[in-house]
Amino acid sequence: MEMLSGAEMVVRALQDEGVEYIFGYPGGAVLHIYDALFQQDKVNHILVRHEQAATHAADGYARSTGKPGVVLVTSGPGATNAITGIATAFMDSIPMVVLSGQVRSDWIGDDAFQETDMVGLSRPIVKHSFMVRDPRQIPDMIKKAFYIASTGRPGPVLVDIPKDHTAPHNTFPYEYPKKVKMRSYAPVTRGHSGQIRKAVDELLKAKRPVIYSGGGVVQGDASEALTGVARKLNFPVTNTLMGLGAFPGTDKQFLGMLGMHGTYEANMAMHNADVILAAGARLDDRVTNDAKKFCPGAKIIHIDIDPASISKNVTAHIPIVGPVKQVLEEMLTMLDEHDSGPDHKSLERWWQEIDGWRQVHGLRYEVNENGPMKPQQVVQALYKATNGEAFVTSDVGQHQMFAAQYYLYDRPRQWINSGGLGTMGFGLPAAMGVQFAHPEAVVACVTGEGSIQMNIQELSTCLQYGLPIKIININNQALGMVRQWQDMQYGGRHSQSYMESLPDFVKLAESYGHVGMKIEKLEDLDGAMEEAFALKDRLVFMDIYVDPTEHVYPMHIADGSMRDMWLSKTERT
Amino acid sequence: MRRIISILMENEPGALSRVVGLFSQRGYNIETLTVAPTEDETLSRLTMTTTGDDKKIEQITKHLNKLIEVVKLVDLTEGAHIEREIMLMKVKATGAQRAEVKRTVDIFRGQIVDVTSTVYTVQLTGTTDKLEAFINAVGEAQVLEVVRSGVSGISRGEKVLSL
Ligand SMILES: Cc1cc2nc3c(=O)[nH]c(=O)nc-3n(C[C@H](O)[C@H](O)[C@H](O)COP(=O)(O)OP(=O)(O)OC[C@H]3O[C@@H](n4cnc5c(N)ncnc54)[C@H](O)[C@@H]3O)c2cc1C
Ligand SMILES: Cc1ncc(C[n+]2csc(CCOP(=O)(O)OP(=O)(O)O)c2C)c(N)n1
Ligand SMILES: [Mg+2]
Repeated sequence: MEMLSGAEMVVRALQDEGVEYIFGYPGGAVLHIYDALFQQDKVNHILVRHEQAATHAADGYARSTGKPGVVLVTSGPGATNAITGIATAFMDSIPMVVLSGQVRSDWIGDDAFQETDMVGLSRPIVKHSFMVRDPRQIPDMIKKAFYIASTGRPGPVLVDIPKDHTAPHNTFPYEYPKKVKMRSYAPVTRGHSGQIRKAVDELLKAKRPVIYSGGGVVQGDASEALTGVARKLNFPVTNTLMGLGAFPGTDKQFLGMLGMHGTYEANMAMHNADVILAAGARLDDRVTNDAKKFCPGAKIIHIDIDPASISKNVTAHIPIVGPVKQVLEEMLTMLDEHDSGPDHKSLERWWQEIDGWRQVHGLRYEVNENGPMKPQQVVQALYKATNGEAFVTSDVGQHQMFAAQYYLYDRPRQWINSGGLGTMGFGLPAAMGVQFAHPEAVVACVTGEGSIQMNIQELSTCLQYGLPIKIININNQALGMVRQWQDMQYGGRHSQSYMESLPDFVKLAESYGHVGMKIEKLEDLDGAMEEAFALKDRLVFMDIYVDPTEHVYPMHIADGSMRDMWLSKTERT
Repeated sequence: MRRIISILMENEPGALSRVVGLFSQRGYNIETLTVAPTEDETLSRLTMTTTGDDKKIEQITKHLNKLIEVVKLVDLTEGAHIEREIMLMKVKATGAQRAEVKRTVDIFRGQIVDVTSTVYTVQLTGTTDKLEAFINAVGEAQVLEVVRSGVSGISRGEKVLSL
């Protein structure tokens, strides 16, 4: 058998796992591993400028491909810098493997230089973690890490590796396990057929049904199955922020996003529904508003691979634990074989009601005739310039909500954002991961002048690797989302929500070797977009000035039900 | 309601901290906790008592089951079961109290396992209720020190928690 050092085993295991890219940053505890990386060319190491960006880049890679993202950081500050990105991936159930260096095993616990208890620090934000105690464990632990990260409900897995276990002079026989054997981990592979049948009967009886689908449908590659069921039944579909793209955004059966900033028609349909099919969604508080007032007349069918998601916030009447793809496919087969179809008469009435809601209060905003541009106009211009086909990553804030509402995503994995943790600084590094995974694709990062400055240093990484990302900086000169809350709930007292002393983003982009553009007038917007997207091999930073006073609507009224919404600064339901 | 949850888990470093961490992270309370290896040295058996309504207990057991090291879990309070706790206690034993304490120990079927001229060390096994009844019977004023093991439990009959 081949004899390898611990460091070589780490790298070889990544190769055997088929890893193309690893995002990282070197330091003392991982130098043996970096040396082993240097001596091979199968795994491409991407050098970021901050470890947080390594995790978000790996995350963007994972979200856009379905394959686990891989990160390598050193002990101590390298590892702690990775924490925010690990938590971000954990909250959105994203497969990720993080390798962190650790001080030599005989120094652990002695407050050694750059020692932090990374296994302890990360415990509540990982699906699982390993600490290498003997170099011989490395192949098996890495195999398990990838397996655990990418099966069942996906999530980040940490492997903490003390430096002495990677020492070049100690070699061990290497064999990469073909299979994982774990008596204590067996994710569900099939939903219970009896439950699925019950669900089908309920769906066929429904008079006012809604399909509410979430990130699990994207992550579980169940988009086709979901679309099949929805079309077969002619039911309306709404997606969570994480589920956008799982059902085509341009389809007439699509009601838009639901929840806090969901559309009027989606939230009204949910509130008035008699049957809700929740698929790969976790009835999050940004969706339900007050859970006690959630959809009072609805029977809830809930498909989720994680039993802990079911009946956590809202009790499910028909729980189905299983992979959403398999469950929906089985549902579709049962529907095909069923002798009756859905209740067409009632559905027709239901659609009329929904179309009425759409007409009265569908998504809209007031245009300023001579005043500043509206942020929504920027997203619509982006949609037009990219034919609706770009990968769009986003940061966190008002711009994120506008990108969710006004860009219509037709493909799963096309829309990439941090929903559960809401991490500002996610957008640019995530776009890097997406661009590495899809070198030919158009990748746009919709951001705000607040968020972009949280990982702006990655412009340097983009230069090094020639990533032609288009940064759409929706510049409202404010921490807009915070300010909106201050306007609505704190009497307009804008405590610390200004963005003063903004840099000249054009010059900043140029100093990093990229193209910068500043756009202040609506009439220049479309032309500038066209120009930017024509620069196929350049990163373009579009700094677009918009109305600083704009708010995101609709917006749930706190502690109300799903139908309680502000529709504009002056109208409410 | 009070529950006794019994877990078989991989006997690995870090496994216990995941269980304990889960409770603090999600705001669940642990009243007692005992853990020791089993006849199969790769497994440990952990018993904990906790309280909560049905919804909370359901979440607790679901999240415990999700921990990768947890191999099997049972809520003993769902069926007939035996629970035991062991208590060691130092009691003042002077003057008239000396005989009185001895009598109480006998009534509760405890044992005096160490003696000095002023102190009895008592060992008592039983359910949590019984141990508490004993403390009350002796009278808190007499008690110098108490150590309790926390609850261990096993189901009645032929049902076993094993691989
Ligand atoms: C500023 C801001 C505003 C927001 N406003 C909104 C809003 O208006 N509306 C909104 O919807 N969200 C909003 N969010 C996002 C919100 O916080 C949650 O992240 C989101 O609602 C969760 O989406 P989800 O229910 O699809 O669950 P996800 O977090 O995507 O979870 C997926 C679920 O699917 C399950 N799953 C995973 N894989 C599978 C599989 N293969 N098979 C079966 N099940 C699987 C998982 O166990 C999990 O329960 C906002 C976030 C921010 C930052
Ligand atoms: C790391 C982090 N810190 C703080 C917040 C709270 N927060 C949410 S939105 C927001 C403002 C974002 O400002 P900007 O990026 O300019 O976007 P805008 O809302 O103006 O579009 C803040 C501070 C957060 N989500 N993430
Ligand atoms: Mg802003």
